[in-house]
Amino acid sequence: MAAKEKLLEIHYSMVKVRRVEERLVEIFAQGKIPGFIHVSIGQEAVAAGVCSCLNADDSIYTTHRGHGQALAKGISLKSFMAEIYGRRDGCCKGKSGSMHIACKQSGVAGSNGIVGAGIPISIGAAFASMYRGENKVTVCFFGDGASNQGTFHESLNISSLWNLPIVFCCENNGWAQFSSQKTYMKLENVSKRAEAYGMRGVTVNGDDVLEVHREAEKAVERARIGQGPTLLECKTHRWMGHYVGDAQKYRPATEVQQVKEFDSIARFEKFLIESGYIGEDYPATVEARIKSEIEEAIAYAESSPIAGAEELFNDVYA
Amino acid sequence: MKETRYIKAIAEALHEEMARDENVFIIGEDVGGPGGAFGGTKGLLETYGERRVRDTPISESAIIGLAIGAAAQGLRPVAEIMFADFLPVCMDQIVNQLAKTRYMFGGLFSVPVVIRSPGGGGLNAGPQHSQCLESWFAHVPGLKVVMPSTPYDVKGLLKSAIRDDDPVLFLEHKALYAMKGEVPEEEYLVPIGKADVKRTGGDVTVVTVSRMVHQCLAAAKKLAEEGIDAEVIDLRTVSPLDKETIFSSVEKTSKLVIAHEAVKACGIGAEISAMVCEEMIDHLDGPIVRVGAPFVPVPFNLEHLYLPNADDVIRAVKKVMEY
Repeated sequence: MAAKEKLLEIHYSMVKVRRVEERLVEIFAQGKIPGFIHVSIGQEAVAAGVCSCLNADDSIYTTHRGHGQALAKGISLKSFMAEIYGRRDGCCKGKSGSMHIACKQSGVAGSNGIVGAGIPISIGAAFASMYRGENKVTVCFFGDGASNQGTFHESLNISSLWNLPIVFCCENNGWAQFSSQKTYMKLENVSKRAEAYGMRGVTVNGDDVLEVHREAEKAVERARIGQGPTLLECKTHRWMGHYVGDAQKYRPATEVQQVKEFDSIARFEKFLIESGYIGEDYPATVEARIKSEIEEAIAYAESSPIAGAEELFNDVYA
Repeated sequence: MKETRYIKAIAEALHEEMARDENVFIIGEDVGGPGGAFGGTKGLLETYGERRVRDTPISESAIIGLAIGAAAQGLRPVAEIMFADFLPVCMDQIVNQLAKTRYMFGGLFSVPVVIRSPGGGGLNAGPQHSQCLESWFAHVPGLKVVMPSTPYDVKGLLKSAIRDDDPVLFLEHKALYAMKGEVPEEEYLVPIGKADVKRTGGDVTVVTVSRMVHQCLAAAKKLAEEGIDAEVIDLRTVSPLDKETIFSSVEKTSKLVIAHEAVKACGIGAEISAMVCEEMIDHLDGPIVRVGAPFVPVPFNLEHLYLPNADDVIRAVKKVMEY
């Protein structure tokens, strides 16, 4: 079991991810955010459980649904928010928006808008660490849908062959955009595919942050000491649609209602209280702290200017 | 000066850059023991070992993806894609990832990846092993596209490409691999983005690239016997184009022929032609004529009818001259 301090850090991280995304949904509805956004509400245990095993200089690669992982890895909320708004003080000068968030200092090495495309890039970061004899670990997040891309196959094969210091974290929410898992793969567990690459594969309950953290820690540790990659599948639930505004007509109404029963935050708070780590009133203090952090970040983002015309031609080439 | 083959000049450039910079590594299919399908990486494994010369499975997307990730962390990968026809296999990694990494992340990451890949016909290798696809990539902001025509240029440009902080698609030509040419013993670089006037002349400008440079030079020699003095410009880099060199030559000659091995339709010649029309039509004395391959896949059996040659260039020049 992780130490109390770590448990509280994980709790904070989960609540922060959820509340930030809930606010994003509201702000998006007000038309303040350009483009479109994908939220991971319901999946916070994966981001928080895995990223809490990493050091600041470890790298993560994320997806279009990557807000949670970036926040859990420690990206500054202000520069994150300004980026989503497309403002100049965003972590990518407003050029990435929600879908391509990256931040060097916190080790968010890039979110990707092409499903499965981040996987081969992530093995390059792991390779660089090995090449230099560094002790860094890379975690590549992707969804169940991405595991059907050829890039998944190519990358897991090479990583296993070369014993790269990487963890492939498949965040299996059961939906690839508008299609349910049973319509696009015969296997129940994506982790079973690991065997085909001579790799260790594990499936955990992705709504149980303690289980995610425990298995992620093992996988990260193995990668760090040269025991090679792991395919860690975290089975979780996507509470909302593929994108914000998705009416989810393809999804049974009962499922949409029942999905909240898997609430990872409620489950974890119950555990923390029952085990005596926190008192009944602790969550409210965390909520209050996070609320003020979010409002501060929104004010920062809204006061940040939109980039001028000079930015159009910047950063195409060095 | 010593004579060196084009393929050997490539290997020399790689040796020198690997010796100079510990961050340079080689990745690709059969680049280690076999030294590459054509010998471009010969001897590197013996000198630099498996850590820096990485044979991969047949996984083009993973090769380029890995190179991108490693480059963003500060390494300088030189990836080999065995035939330029295989670049479409890893098109997402090149076009959506490599080319856009710097821009889309607001300049956070440099991705100094070099992709070496041989294109072109002349070996009867058929429709899937003979194409010239440079204009596809010249259409993508964020990439640089280089196509050297001589052993001297291929060495100097490859060294520049490896030192460049941007992604460079380095398109070699298979039919030039055996070509010999002068390569200095001492170190030198050839700058990316600079065309080279391979022959000066005052009557007509012939802009060309890669293997067609030699067809154009042969054509210019014959034309000279008939009193037509052609200037032959070797682009060397197709993205970014060296407008200055092209424009100043057209200002002098007022006549322009563009010749490349790629299919004529939507080839780089179309871009050059449009550029000249847009910006200096008053200097032109007659139509711009393009020489390129016909709009068919590269045929296995009829390559001799497909590939543009010196006679095609002569015909094009005469058409322009007779206008």
